[in-house]
Amino acid sequence: MRRILATSLFAVIAGVWVAGCGGAKTAQSNGPAPIRVWHWMTDREDAFNELAKRYKEETGQEVSFELYAPTDIYEQKVRAAAQTDGLPEIYGILGEMRGLASFIQAGHVRSLEDVMSADGDAWRNVFFPKALAVNAFQPNNTYGVEPGVYGVPIDVMSIQLYYNKKLLAKLGLDPNQPPQTWEDFMQVGKLAKEQGLIGFVSGWAELWLIDCYATTYAIHTMGMEKVQQTYEGQVAYTDPDWQRVFGLFSEMRDSGMLAEGIVTMVNKRAEQLFANEQAVFAFNGTWGINVYDTMNPNLDYGIMLPPRVGNNEVVTWGGAGSSFFVNAKSDRQDASIAFLKWLTDVPQQKYLLEQTKNIPANRVAAADLPEKLQAFAKVIDAAIHPRLFALQEDSKVIETFDKGVQSILIGESTADQVSQKVAQAKEREASRQAKLAEANGQR
Amino acid sequence: MASGEKTSYKPYLFLAPALLLFAVFGIVPFYLLLKTSLLNWDGISLHPQFIGLGNYWEVIAQDSGFWKSFVQAGYVTLLALTVQNALALLLAIAVNRELPGKMIYRTIFFLPPILSEIVVGLIWVWIYDGNFGILNAILSSIGLGDLARAWLADPRTALTAVSVVHMWKGFGWGFVIFLAGLQTIPEELYEAARVDGADAWFRFWHITLPLLAPVLILVSILTILGTMQIFAIIIVTTQGGPAGHTEVPVWQIFSSMLGSRRFGYACAQGIVFGMILLTVSLIQMRLQKKAA
Repeated sequence: MRRILATSLFAVIAGVWVAGCGGAKTAQSNGPAPIRVWHWMTDREDAFNELAKRYKEETGQEVSFELYAPTDIYEQKVRAAAQTDGLPEIYGILGEMRGLASFIQAGHVRSLEDVMSADGDAWRNVFFPKALAVNAFQPNNTYGVEPGVYGVPIDVMSIQLYYNKKLLAKLGLDPNQPPQTWEDFMQVGKLAKEQGLIGFVSGWAELWLIDCYATTYAIHTMGMEKVQQTYEGQVAYTDPDWQRVFGLFSEMRDSGMLAEGIVTMVNKRAEQLFANEQAVFAFNGTWGINVYDTMNPNLDYGIMLPPRVGNNEVVTWGGAGSSFFVNAKSDRQDASIAFLKWLTDVPQQKYLLEQTKNIPANRVAAADLPEKLQAFAKVIDAAIHPRLFALQEDSKVIETFDKGVQSILIGESTADQVSQKVAQAKEREASRQAKLAEANGQR
Repeated sequence: MASGEKTSYKPYLFLAPALLLFAVFGIVPFYLLLKTSLLNWDGISLHPQFIGLGNYWEVIAQDSGFWKSFVQAGYVTLLALTVQNALALLLAIAVNRELPGKMIYRTIFFLPPILSEIVVGLIWVWIYDGNFGILNAILSSIGLGDLARAWLADPRTALTAVSVVHMWKGFGWGFVIFLAGLQTIPEELYEAARVDGADAWFRFWHITLPLLAPVLILVSILTILGTMQIFAIIIVTTQGGPAGHTEVPVWQIFSSMLGSRRFGYACAQGIVFGMILLTVSLIQMRLQKKAA
């Protein structure tokens, strides 16, 4: 009896052990093992699956797209998999450059510099340079990563203002002449409020969207160099230029143009309000076209850059929309790269454009875009993205910044108070980093 | 070796699978959590930096946001302990009587807890919507339009609004436990009290409440532990906003881990949070023993 019990227990434990060690590679088919691709893009799932089917027909290579959404869940999945060396052959990495650097330094991402440079930069020249740049590290970068390109962009995006032409006309304005200056923008906002319309909507419960809007105006008003100097700690957030940026949010609040509850509104809800013709302006990305056209095919809207505050040009936030990386620990790296080359080739990129209305990362495929997408595509080359900064701001400071903006929007703080609070957060983080660096040096 | 000694390991053999599971899913993760809490680590880097108790020092002495989130979760917990549990008890007493269709009421009252928190949160977001929400529409229709607002985005109402969602979702648990507790009170006690001329209020204070004391403490413990760990409803309704007014400890931990990418710090926050909840539970268990 004892022997039977002991043997049974051993069998159970051994069974669990073997099953746990098996992983995904246990599933073998007749052809080469499938290339697994992890992604978070719910809107592209069907298109990806169709492309995987076509690739199998063309090459015999099976590709399996595995969707994990929303992005929070996806990020957790990728990080957990990285810790156990369980990443698939191809996957996406979301978030800051600092995070991408950690993945690279931990050996989870293959450098694509060699394949991009092969045949006289043949593959590199396919893409919008900005789209590649957000996945590349420059020589002597602050993260200590070997320079080169690491990610393959699938599409590009920028974030701008959508305006509802019908509602502009209702306000007595020329629907084809949206406000170009900040003052005019505020006036339209006030007018909308008086007429019982929502002037401006965006998903500002999602801090990154606030950050995007604020960064756009920070670069617009003070220039990229000064913003970079702030991140490096050479310019304080109490600088008048930064106070001006915070002040813009106060002005938006005071104009009454903001949707009620904008600070706890997720972007999906903001998109609904704009699609249902309840808001005059929406701050949203390229993906909005697909969302709005699906929700309300009769919606008549235009796309514009955020209005100018001074005389400087407005440079909007943009770059690669989504990118894929090749697992450096996979034994299927060449097959993975071959698939990504195929995926970024013109026919596949055109198919993705057709199905998902995202701007292809491939310049040739993006040459003949519908009018609305052209508005986004034409600003890509001049777009900015946090990943393009030599040093990105510390995430704790960004969080304080964005929450500070929220507190301005709800009338709880002034621009001056928020700028001081962010400056204090910056000092605290700088001091913490200095202590950590000191401890590291002593070791 | 005596036969008694030979068989002495038998119980351990039976316990082994459970012990193994507990070790793998309980002890090992806790050890890893403790170990990670001593590191400065982004969750990916191959070279985490050992910083001793640095994370704990920062959590305890410098992170005012973390303690503010405790106060906010405490506010929700206080409301849940009082309003939610009082409602649960009242409803349990109501359906403990011989009412027509009492099974239907019991089912209805237990429906909210079995619904997904995400779904419940989304429904309440529509109700509270500041632009086209049902609540504002009702207020306007009864002449209270001045009270209409973006309930989840107004710092004066956001936390209470979230608390209402949490209480609506959670009162069913207390209701079921109270109902079970009420059914263990012998009917003879009430009959004797009635014979002695005790009114309903007297019977509640002197029979129901004392005999229900252990159940009350149990429900209180579950309410405190459950409410202090409120998270999913916050994510769906406010994402911690406006400007951090609905942030709770679990949100802070989540944000440290996935927002700031400070895994070590998040683990330290988790351990501090766990220790506080453990202390509260121990105090309540001692109270429960006394009451028993």
